[in-house]
Amino acid sequence: MNIIALVKYIPNPEGPPQMGPDHRLVREGVEGALDPGDEHVVEAALQLAEQSGGQVTVLSMGPEPALAAIRRALSMGAHKGVLITDAALPGADTLVTARVLAATIKRGEFDLVIGGVESTDGYTGTLPMAVAEFLGIPNATFARNIELKDGSIRIERQTEMGYDVVECPLPALVTVTAGANEPRYPTLKGIMQAKQKPMENLSLGDLGVSAEDAKATQEVMGVEPVPAKEAGEILEDPGQAPARVVELLARVKVI
Amino acid sequence: MPGIWVYAEVGSDGKVESGALENLAKARDLGTEVAVVALGPGASQAAETAGQYGAQTLHASDDSVYTDFIAQPAVHALHELIQQHQPELILFSSTYDSRDVAGRLQARTGSTLMSNATDILGPDYAQTQIFGGQQIVDVTLSGPNPKLVIVRPKSFEPQPSGGGPARVVPVEVEISDDMRKAARVERHEQAAAGPKMEEAKVIIAGGRGLQQPENFKLLEELAGAIGSAAVGASRAVVDAGWVPYAMQIGQTGKTVSPEVYIAVGISGAIQHLVGMKTSKRIIAINKDKEAPIFQYADLGIVGDALKVLPEITAAIKAKKGS
Repeated sequence: MNIIALVKYIPNPEGPPQMGPDHRLVREGVEGALDPGDEHVVEAALQLAEQSGGQVTVLSMGPEPALAAIRRALSMGAHKGVLITDAALPGADTLVTARVLAATIKRGEFDLVIGGVESTDGYTGTLPMAVAEFLGIPNATFARNIELKDGSIRIERQTEMGYDVVECPLPALVTVTAGANEPRYPTLKGIMQAKQKPMENLSLGDLGVSAEDAKATQEVMGVEPVPAKEAGEILEDPGQAPARVVELLARVKVI
Repeated sequence: MPGIWVYAEVGSDGKVESGALENLAKARDLGTEVAVVALGPGASQAAETAGQYGAQTLHASDDSVYTDFIAQPAVHALHELIQQHQPELILFSSTYDSRDVAGRLQARTGSTLMSNATDILGPDYAQTQIFGGQQIVDVTLSGPNPKLVIVRPKSFEPQPSGGGPARVVPVEVEISDDMRKAARVERHEQAAAGPKMEEAKVIIAGGRGLQQPENFKLLEELAGAIGSAAVGASRAVVDAGWVPYAMQIGQTGKTVSPEVYIAVGISGAIQHLVGMKTSKRIIAINKDKEAPIFQYADLGIVGDALKVLPEITAAIKAKKGS
């Protein structure tokens, strides 16, 4: 079984994000990593590959430092990496990104595509569904559990009030929530082996995606701070707390 | 006939989900031709509500194919409707099903899709907030119509316009077997005690500072004393398995805007603030005086929640008893 794991490189996942003068997130020159949400993607892909004797290809679109995210996935145990980098792509929106990822996936054989629910920096949360539509395959999204059974998958799909069970024949696209699994840590052996694993670097020309197809449909016109909220009152003596909370709740008539 | 559409999820009893009513208020501000698209059992019963909140037209199909299968049938039907009627803009709620539909639709129409919008200033001009709501970003939308926008919950206030029922236009679209793949075969709903978080006047949310899952009962006792209160949680304690996901407030959970939000043992990470900072009043209880949540609190209490909470509960009971 061929599994494609979609991953994103994000700058500085632990610290506050920074925005450059071009209104884009600063991605160069800062310490970056595999999006923490995508560690669950890689883990899900590895578990399904282990069960089915399959191969995991890690696919990412991003600047050259994004190789670090792919390396991390390879050191966790993924088999192959593909990185798409092109001067026309910085600032790409979800439509362009989905188009590029789908064009890359279509070049080879695949049974299952796995993505995250949303990225930690952009959190648009719609990219994998657009990829599924471009590929013409169904999406079984927001999975907190995935099972393989005879050419199909069965997932528990997170809902507002609980969960649904969704069954879907392969090929299909799945997205996984952070509750789906506990990502493994790369072993020293895994880290050493990652350097030897096959790695493919592609540009738009390799994919037959034109510069017109890579044109973004959204432009940031301005960024301004939200007016600061008036400072509230801080009680350092918790003994006063009960009376003050009662007073506030009574004032707004909820008790 | 350009127009503004609201994609609405409707229950089998015809009840329209709250995000669609919020979006209708904005759609009415933006244009004169407002339509709702609702697909699945109960859809055509939404005519009254759709009209009351400002839509003239309801494109509806009660066919269960739209809820039995994930996204693909709805995307196909929407795409057919778009080709027929050519709307300028379609607004979606931030629900799981709507995100699936909007994401796939974008690839069909080649349109722009903006997520997490907090305001829409025109058919091609929207705003979002980033970094936990510390900054407002203005975005222009280009490319082919319709522009697709997913709106954050509670961005707009639903407003009945007093209009009569919307005119129902039946949606009659052929759904092939190719689109009947991802099948919903079971539904499990976890019924929560007390009012729903989206409807509660007061929400009491707990985080790591509660130290262990058993201490959530202190929140429930406080909720019980107040009455119209619900209990929520930060992502940290949901991920730790203390409480179910349905209770999670924040970026990847629910967005709430109650009269009073009481954050207990929650430090106030950006991801949590996104889900609650529009609450009318915020009370924070935390041991750490430097916790970011205090910057957003109307009333901050520096202290041990395990000690303070029972005292507050007792004081409320005493007040109510008096």
